[in-house]
Amino acid sequence: MSWLEILILFPFITSFSLLIISFTEAQKKLVALWGALVPLPISLFAWVGLDHANFQLQNIICYSVLPGTNSEVVLGLDGLSAPLVSLTCFLCPLCILAGWQVIRVGVTEYLVSWLLLEGLLVAVFTTFDLLVFYILFEATLIPIFVMIGIWGSRLRKVKAAYQLFLYTLFGSVFMLLALLLIFAQVGSFDYGVLIASNFSIERQLLLFLSFFLAFGIKIPMVPIHLWLPEAHVEAPTGGSVILAGILLKLGGYGFLRYTLPLFSEAVLFYTPLVHTVSLLGILYASFTTLRQIDMKKAIAYSSIAHIGVVTLGIFSGNLMGLVGSCVLILGHGVVSPGLFLCIGVLYDRYKTRLVRYYGGLAQVMPLFSAVFLFFSIANLGLPGTANFVGEFLCFSGCFQSNNSAAVLACSGMISSAAYSLWLFCRISFGTLKTVSFLQVADLNRREFFMFAPLVFITLWVGFYPKPVISLLFVPLSCILELGF
Amino acid sequence: MYLCLFLFPFFGFLVSGSFGRLFGKQGAAFIATFCVCCSCLCSFVAFYEVGLTSCPVTLSLFPWICVDVVESFWSISVDSLTAVMLVVITTISSLVHVYSISYIKDDPFLARFISYLSLFTFLMLSLVLADNYLQLFFGWEGVGLASFLLISFWSSRLQACKAATKAIIINRVGDVGLALALFCFILIFGSVEYSTIFSCSSKVAFCTFLFCQFKVDILSCIGVLLLIGASGKSAQIGLHTWLPDAIEGPTPVSALIHAATMVTAGVFVLARSSPILEFSPVVLFFVSLVGAFTAFFAATTGLVQNDLKRVIAYSTCSQLGYMVFASGLSQYALGVFHLSNHAFFKALLFLGAGCIIHAIKDEQDLRRIGGLAYLLPFTYSFILVGSLALVGFPFLTGFYSKDAILEFSLSNFSVTGGLCHWFGVISALFTSFYSFRLLVLGFLGYPNGFKSFYKNCHEAPLFIAVSLIPLGLGSLFIGFFCRELFLGAGTPFWANSIFIYPVRESIIEAECAPVILKQIPLFFTVMGAAVSFSFIYHNPIITYRFLFFNQMFRVFYTFLNQRWLFDRVYNESFAKAFLFFGHAISFRIVDKGALEILGPFGIVFIFPGLSKQLISLQSGRVYHNVLFIVYGLGFLLCSPLFYSSNGCFFLISVGCWIVFRVF
Repeated sequence: MSWLEILILFPFITSFSLLIISFTEAQKKLVALWGALVPLPISLFAWVGLDHANFQLQNIICYSVLPGTNSEVVLGLDGLSAPLVSLTCFLCPLCILAGWQVIRVGVTEYLVSWLLLEGLLVAVFTTFDLLVFYILFEATLIPIFVMIGIWGSRLRKVKAAYQLFLYTLFGSVFMLLALLLIFAQVGSFDYGVLIASNFSIERQLLLFLSFFLAFGIKIPMVPIHLWLPEAHVEAPTGGSVILAGILLKLGGYGFLRYTLPLFSEAVLFYTPLVHTVSLLGILYASFTTLRQIDMKKAIAYSSIAHIGVVTLGIFSGNLMGLVGSCVLILGHGVVSPGLFLCIGVLYDRYKTRLVRYYGGLAQVMPLFSAVFLFFSIANLGLPGTANFVGEFLCFSGCFQSNNSAAVLACSGMISSAAYSLWLFCRISFGTLKTVSFLQVADLNRREFFMFAPLVFITLWVGFYPKPVISLLFVPLSCILELGF
Repeated sequence: MYLCLFLFPFFGFLVSGSFGRLFGKQGAAFIATFCVCCSCLCSFVAFYEVGLTSCPVTLSLFPWICVDVVESFWSISVDSLTAVMLVVITTISSLVHVYSISYIKDDPFLARFISYLSLFTFLMLSLVLADNYLQLFFGWEGVGLASFLLISFWSSRLQACKAATKAIIINRVGDVGLALALFCFILIFGSVEYSTIFSCSSKVAFCTFLFCQFKVDILSCIGVLLLIGASGKSAQIGLHTWLPDAIEGPTPVSALIHAATMVTAGVFVLARSSPILEFSPVVLFFVSLVGAFTAFFAATTGLVQNDLKRVIAYSTCSQLGYMVFASGLSQYALGVFHLSNHAFFKALLFLGAGCIIHAIKDEQDLRRIGGLAYLLPFTYSFILVGSLALVGFPFLTGFYSKDAILEFSLSNFSVTGGLCHWFGVISALFTSFYSFRLLVLGFLGYPNGFKSFYKNCHEAPLFIAVSLIPLGLGSLFIGFFCRELFLGAGTPFWANSIFIYPVRESIIEAECAPVILKQIPLFFTVMGAAVSFSFIYHNPIITYRFLFFNQMFRVFYTFLNQRWLFDRVYNESFAKAFLFFGHAISFRIVDKGALEILGPFGIVFIFPGLSKQLISLQSGRVYHNVLFIVYGLGFLLCSPLFYSSNGCFFLISVGCWIVFRVF
């Protein structure tokens, strides 16, 4: 058994054992936590052990699915997928910790769905077969659907879960059709084969649009983003964390992995469209965020704005933009989970997410306020945080190819400061509101250790991003070489 | 040693910020202060090594962002310009640290306050020590954050939060300018390092590129973007509105950040970027124009403000205008000289104002204090020294830089020079008026406060006094000591750190200007003081009567008092519009309206009706079934027609017809 198989199978096995062995509730939680945590060091070792200069897949495993048909499913890692795998393995235990005390009903099922989600996400990032990618891409919906539908906070959660499912499925239908078309031409879903094959321009335009719809809904781009605020607001803390941290990034990963190399001419053709939509997203979401009164909704809209920057970087057509988008994907995958965890901390204590009930928490919860401040300023892209490195590179990449777009997008910098600090000031500054007298408790040890690694990673990538960036060079240069 | 200089304040921040509980708040404060004082000592040594013995130093620490052509390192680079800034920053910072130990001593969050101050010092050092624009940007944004934290230190006050948010948002507008300049550097020069950019700037002078689809001169474009950045930080007209509000923070903060150090970052960047600005006359013209207008505007506004600290804040804004227009006239050294002098006397004024506020129960409205000269002679003497230095009283610190700026602008022999000169001179008149108005209302006039305030009035305690004395001495003598070093004809001090296009060097003209013209500023200053004394001190009744009965004058007064209505215009035309858009349009109409109807809501609305109608087809009646059998048969028979385009069209029209019949 190779490392990669252990990485993927371990969460599945753990979840299975949770179902069949009768543990007490506390034991279950511990088992699930360790089950989610064990893949983290493995993924880190795999990431560190990658050969920087090698552009091919590494740690490859092949399975023949149908013997004799010459169709093989390839699993592997490269510099692009390894950080995302590590991020998944890092966030899932955090999510389990986030629901440690709050989840009272259906604990086993909750833990099982987390472990399943982790396994599926690791698999989706390591697979190099388009069909398997598609199946897993869809399969990740199931655990998150269940999670929102069952452990969400209000009755509206059912609506939110439906919206999440239907929106994603709507895009995926087109992707499925595109997959059929690709198979009709190429006869294989293997990544290497796909890369080597050429599609005619008309076909590329069609295929690009259908992929774009699927990934654009997932990431989400602006006219098709409605499911995101709904889902975030209704999901339990852990659900929001994984949604913002990983599931949105699936779209970006899809763009980088499949759309750019496969449909290179179509990418050039559609770049103005994508830039427009991204700009729209940045400006529109930034202004909308300014007026949200639900904390989670505010963070959800700000995610849309940041994702606009990511797509701007992906479609900038140069290395700076691509590296920037990857770093921003990682940075946002650490910072917005941090923010959602902060909101979760408040919700656990005071059972409300409306901003107007809060105020003056800096006086009673100084540690919490410091952490919240840290993530707020990371969210607005202050230099020294991971988000800055990403945003800066995205913007400067975009500036090289289309400087008017970059100039407009930069105005998002102003509004991001406005909404992040507005939210922070409302919650932590000002006079104490009555809600804070219900319970005065700063972060406890569990919560502190949830936040500490997030803070550490944000700063580390912000000050010394070289280890992350240098691994991205080779795979992204290949994509660039193939794509543009 | 340079590394220590850089990292000591950071260490102080970490210790007092994280372990304040272990050392107690006084202990944490002392540790942080000690760290900053060490850093101050180091910076004096650095000034000697780099400035006086001309040995620039560069240390590269570790890589930061290295992608594609961008190579930026965390680094420490000290040249003469940086050395001057280092001395100013660390000196003022350590004095303010000492001052704060006593000033904030009753606050339970003293350790937090001191740690923020140290953090600010560290970030400001990383700004001036950078050897590339990216690290400069780090410090640039970082000091904005530190200023946010410090302004909102008394966080339960709504005004403080509002002022802090306003400061960071308006600063951010400037930051976008600087960020765009950075992107231009990467695009044009393929680098963010000073050395590369400055050595190549002459090569791209007067070349054009496409910026936002407009063909513009490269260096002018970059220069204007840098100017926008500098305006944000240095509170130049248009982006100045945050500075007067920033007085909501504790007074030591105003002294350190909003008078002496952070607001001068813009001037520093202009001086630093001299090799770029010098190749673009357009930008220099803009810079001097912006500076001159700011000096004038802020001075007029300062005339009629009633808040003690607000008067000083507007005076800061005005003096920053002087520095900026000096830079615009290519006299960067002069700008930096005024910067360092200004740091001393303005910090002194703010800290003195802090003493007053401390002494009389946090009252800072000029109309409700007065007669304090007899109760607080020590504070009075320091504020007097600061004010005299500010107005440019001969042979005090301000005189050597401010009058020099006016002289140089006179000897520039251009329209801009003349414009700047006269704006500067008139501003000097106003400066003198409001400085003496402050002294008169606060110290000499009739005591207007409550009796209990005066009864409990006390002179500055030890730490506060200790920190005032060096500043007072500095305000008296720094200008005299450093004039020849910084400004003397042919001084080698600045070495390569400042570049002036040889044509624009005007030291000889300035030295040879007619003496009578050189004395104009002094004349105006004395006039301002005289007017101030006669109207505010001797005949206040006449002044108020005039104010009360003269309609024209009152409109004018209100306009100035409302700060030229800048805030109102910004609030009503920008902030309100954006907030309206964010809720009514983007959220209500688009998100919850159009998109919802096209998306989930529409589906929920349409599909039940659609399915009902489809259900009605399944009626179970025989003739319906027969009809559908016939349709189905027809469809099957026609199916070969699919393959021809005409047949396809035929089938579609038949299908449409059926659909219309059925529904």
